[in-house]
Amino acid sequence: MENVSKTYKGGKNAVKNINLEIKKGEFICFIGPSGCGKTTTMKMINRLIEPSGGAIYINGENILHKNPIELRRHIGYVIQSIGLFPHMTISENITLVPKLLKWKEKKRQEKAKELLKLVDMGPEYLDRYPHELSGGQQQRIGVLRALAANPPLILMDEPFGALDPITRDSLQEEFKNLQKTLDKTIVFVTHDMDEAIKLADRIVILKDGEIVQVGTPDEILRNPKNEFVEEFIGKERLIQTRPNVELVRQIMNKNPISITEDKSLSDAIALMKEKRVDSLLVVDENNQLKGYVDIETIDEKRKKASTIKDLLITDLYKVQADTMIRDTVQKILKRGVKYVPVVDETNHLVGIVTRASLVDIVYDSIWGTDDALITTIS
Amino acid sequence: MTTLIEFLQINWLETLYKAWEHLYISLIAVLLGISVAIPLGIVLTRMKKGAGFVIGFVNIVQTFPSLAVLAFFIPFLGVGKLPAIVALFFYSVLPILRNTYTGIKGVNPNLLESGKGLGMTNWERIFLVELPLSLPVIMAGIRTSSVYLIGWATLASFIGGGGLGDYIFIGLNLYQPAYIIFGAVPVTLMAVLIDYLFAKIEQKVTPKGIKGIKETV
Repeated sequence: MENVSKTYKGGKNAVKNINLEIKKGEFICFIGPSGCGKTTTMKMINRLIEPSGGAIYINGENILHKNPIELRRHIGYVIQSIGLFPHMTISENITLVPKLLKWKEKKRQEKAKELLKLVDMGPEYLDRYPHELSGGQQQRIGVLRALAANPPLILMDEPFGALDPITRDSLQEEFKNLQKTLDKTIVFVTHDMDEAIKLADRIVILKDGEIVQVGTPDEILRNPKNEFVEEFIGKERLIQTRPNVELVRQIMNKNPISITEDKSLSDAIALMKEKRVDSLLVVDENNQLKGYVDIETIDEKRKKASTIKDLLITDLYKVQADTMIRDTVQKILKRGVKYVPVVDETNHLVGIVTRASLVDIVYDSIWGTDDALITTIS
Repeated sequence: MTTLIEFLQINWLETLYKAWEHLYISLIAVLLGISVAIPLGIVLTRMKKGAGFVIGFVNIVQTFPSLAVLAFFIPFLGVGKLPAIVALFFYSVLPILRNTYTGIKGVNPNLLESGKGLGMTNWERIFLVELPLSLPVIMAGIRTSSVYLIGWATLASFIGGGGLGDYIFIGLNLYQPAYIIFGAVPVTLMAVLIDYLFAKIEQKVTPKGIKGIKETV
């Protein structure tokens, strides 16, 4: 069985009948206002809090029938206050769980060194004490301690909450990468929506002990289920992601300048001059996108060619009308292209996204007005 | 002055013996106290109610006049070293118990939660986390209690327990200042020395990692 699946049903008030399945390798964020039961729910997974009803399964095994001590040793646990033991060295702290599991001293030492490397800390830290480290370093050690016995599942209770924003940011980044490389299942409790959006594969929004919405960050941002979720996400973020401008279809210029391939070069030049552009999208009689021509090619090869077909450049990036803006923007910015033609499923030219459209998006996200979108520039 | 020197010339061996007796009574009582008070203190920290009651009760025991307590054991244990040690033991419990209790209660609850979350058993939490972290506080209790006991052990001579108390009471009864001095001065010196020694031990047992940062304990 590769699937980690869990079902909770808490009978008491703090958490009411929660049902959730978590897949292996998934990064789940529990989020909600204080007192919503997110920490309680998480702590039931390693039985720091005993569920009063229902059952939790890990790999098909009901954890309520397992020895809680054994269970916890095979689940990583990171808390907000870090909880490093001040009287133990870093290496002792990291290898605490392996020690409880009675690993050999040598194996533990190796593990400690290996883990320190993961967070770019040298072996010179092994013999230091927690108070000699900065907050960010301490929490790195806290994370390593959770990883030490190589548990498939890690629970994290606002692990980055007590850090300053800059440290938090870099740790989040680091940790997300770590999670991807190590392929751990993570249950992460936070009240910081930015953090959840940044890290989570799926976000679970809780309120009063009940799940309000479960979904990927995108789903939740685009379709907040109710007012509570909307409010919780915050207006600002909703504007940023603007559900109504998520798709290319909504921001593209619907009147791309195109020309059919059987037209002559002088027609093309005339059209360019008229529309004040330096390239033209080329379509066939059915409005199927074929490629493009630009003024430089025409200039170079004017003597040899007579129709556009001869100078057609077929190698071009295009996007479908239903793709996300994000991806299109990336293409424009990364590949340095000036525009991206937009096609439908059957390769019919339906529009174009130009750098000017991007300016609109930026303008819109800064000043948040809608009219900028309507303006079409090419 | 000459009488003092004479006294020493005649009685130095006996003085040493009495001092040894004295130390022996007090330390046995302290050791017994430690072996009872620390576990009891740990048990108290696990009790939700009752801890206040037990500490209060031990507090009351502490206020009993020491002489009365010493005399109290004579009907059961007769005279000699045994009742003396038992009575002193009762006195040693309180400071150690109280310090164990407050020391362990003072351990940062986050550390306990993290220990529990990492899968420590109750015993592992006590031995790997709570005791090492509260050791300085517990040691301070042991130190206080040892110094007290050295003072009170002088009363042991009343019930035939021996020790330097013998000299003090002989001196008082027969009006022999030399006896009083050779009873009282060694007791004082012993108390000061033990205090110093335990202070050193206290420093030694403080885990290296928490010396710099007492506040997180």
